[in-house]
Amino acid sequence: MSKITLVEAVNQALEYEMAHNNNVIILGEDVGKNGGVFRATLDLQSKFGEERVLDTPLAESMIVGTAVGMATQGLRPVAEIQFMGFIYPAFDQIINHASRLRNRTRGRLHCPLVIRAPYGGGIHAPEHHSESTEALFAHVPGLRVVIPSSPLRAYGLLLAAIRDNDPVLFLEPKRIYRMVKQEVPNKGEALPLDECFVLRSGTDITLVTWGAMVHETMKVAESLALQGVEAEVIDVATIKPLDIDTILQSVEKTGRCVIVQEAAKTCSVGAEIAAQIAEQGLLYLCAPIQRVSGFDTVMPLFKLEDYYMPSENRIYSAVKQTMEFA
Amino acid sequence: MSRVAAFEIEYVQYMDESGQALADLPNWATEVESLEHAYKWMLLTRLFDAKAVALQRTGQMGTYASCLGQEAIGAAIGLAMHPNDVFVPSYRETGAQLIRGSRMRDILMFWGGDERGSNPPIANQDFPVAIPIASQCLHAVGVATAFKYRKQNRIALCAIGDGATSQGDFYEAINLAGVWKLPVVFLVSNNQWAISVPRAAQSASQTLAQKAIAAGIDGVQVDGNDYIAMRDTLDQAIEKARSGNGATIIEALTYRLSDHTTADDASRYRSAEEVEVYKQKDPLLRLERHMRVAMGWDEGKQQSLKEQCQQQIEEEIQAYLTAEAAPPTEMFDYLYESLPKVYLKQRQQLFDEWQQHLGAREETVDTDVKESDHV
Repeated sequence: MSKITLVEAVNQALEYEMAHNNNVIILGEDVGKNGGVFRATLDLQSKFGEERVLDTPLAESMIVGTAVGMATQGLRPVAEIQFMGFIYPAFDQIINHASRLRNRTRGRLHCPLVIRAPYGGGIHAPEHHSESTEALFAHVPGLRVVIPSSPLRAYGLLLAAIRDNDPVLFLEPKRIYRMVKQEVPNKGEALPLDECFVLRSGTDITLVTWGAMVHETMKVAESLALQGVEAEVIDVATIKPLDIDTILQSVEKTGRCVIVQEAAKTCSVGAEIAAQIAEQGLLYLCAPIQRVSGFDTVMPLFKLEDYYMPSENRIYSAVKQTMEFA
Repeated sequence: MSRVAAFEIEYVQYMDESGQALADLPNWATEVESLEHAYKWMLLTRLFDAKAVALQRTGQMGTYASCLGQEAIGAAIGLAMHPNDVFVPSYRETGAQLIRGSRMRDILMFWGGDERGSNPPIANQDFPVAIPIASQCLHAVGVATAFKYRKQNRIALCAIGDGATSQGDFYEAINLAGVWKLPVVFLVSNNQWAISVPRAAQSASQTLAQKAIAAGIDGVQVDGNDYIAMRDTLDQAIEKARSGNGATIIEALTYRLSDHTTADDASRYRSAEEVEVYKQKDPLLRLERHMRVAMGWDEGKQQSLKEQCQQQIEEEIQAYLTAEAAPPTEMFDYLYESLPKVYLKQRQQLFDEWQQHLGAREETVDTDVKESDHV
């Protein structure tokens, strides 16, 4: 079996599900002949036809609102927003409609749709192409927010998202779209939503992260191991709803916790995780929780991007402080 | 220089204000049953609408958006659509909702602050009323996209007001409807007011119907207080959509005789004289006058229909007022298909608070009983 990248795994999952379910329809800007600007939908239009891979006019609210209408008819639209920075015109459709249609009709209508969007920094892109604003969506009741961090999880979680009967915002960390390759069996096996993945077991400190930062965090964990510190690394994967139990179990074991995220610090998913640990696991802690994050600044253009992004150094120094706390 | 585009917008009207036919009527409109049936729904809507306002005024219901003066549009929508079409309404479509299968108690329940009102016992997939303006236009094109994909012989009908035609979602929806040639009809009830902003301040466009032109679809303006014109125009637009010939915007000229909602006071921004002018264009009066002249409708029939409606309304109001309250935990039960386990604790907390509340109420009742025993 050949190894594939994260973006190829997205493509493979889409192709698998389209081949097995006629209700799966892709729509978005440039998803057809062009195969998406990152090639996530490469060749799907030629394989499945123009009725199932729909190039839309350029209007994000329309893409999501149309997908809501399609979903109420039992289709499973997978809408692509070209970059997360352009998703905000669709805020109303996501918050007021997709996420609450089941509730407001007491289950009469529901919204099995997936909104895919590449997100995050680190690829020297133009303005508005690099933000990590997942927390804005994690606040919304009725929505799921899922972020894969490897080809295997991209494949399995995307299948799960498409098969789920509620709306899922599927954020793809584009910095790692082609960073690593893995063997991904194309057997249509989904991975569980709403659950963290423990990527590395350890007893000394818990490192909680998601998306592209999983890679820096794993590297730090490996260098810590050389110094005799065993870090447990948790990939949150589904940030809404948040599987706090897995995180708490780990913190109970290690007594120390550092949360690593690319997003700005205030009111972030990291803030929520820290708050929940404080509420439910304060007495497990031997040291204050630390958050390693982007700054509370506007995401800079790419000349300063590297200063903004949490580096291995920034993570390492937070871990060191946490380990040394008496 | 040469002209690259030109257009005209047709205006459809069959009856003048006195109910006099202005042109040869369509065949269906010469049948007594057709018009009586429509009139029955229009009168029921009007009488029910007044009762709904009264329920709000007496603290028995929440804020309500009256459809007073727009009943011909509601009846035409409800009677022109097929049962398995999909209606995507705004919040001023009580009349069409009733014909589409919502019971009066469902409508009262929704405005009475209970989500169950948006889950009426209907077999169709109609949307609940959209409160955010024009957002539902996109749902209608999405539904129509599904119909087209499945080659189903169905249409979606989206109802909005004049204010909604200023929203981006409206333009995005009509644009997609044009470019994908979708089986959808946009019905704009131009009631001249978007809360306090008059039609002239909403758009410099000569008609709202002509907004269709830029989207490459048809637009037509119709007298929305003339049931025959309304129904005839809708029938044609629906038939066109159903047969694969694309979308239409119908601008129905009407007037909001009521306040925007029960929370509004229209006298702050418009004159009583203006309202008086439009009262003369009342859609019920017009159809009634027409039926009296053309079809022998008389005071006796009018009275007996009115009594019949009133009895039905009273029964429905009783059903609404005596409906058992939903358990508060329902706010968790339809959040997702099944509640993620991380929220079980919150649901339990709500359940416990609810039980405590019920317990406290019972205690209060017990105490009252003891006190009265002493007396």
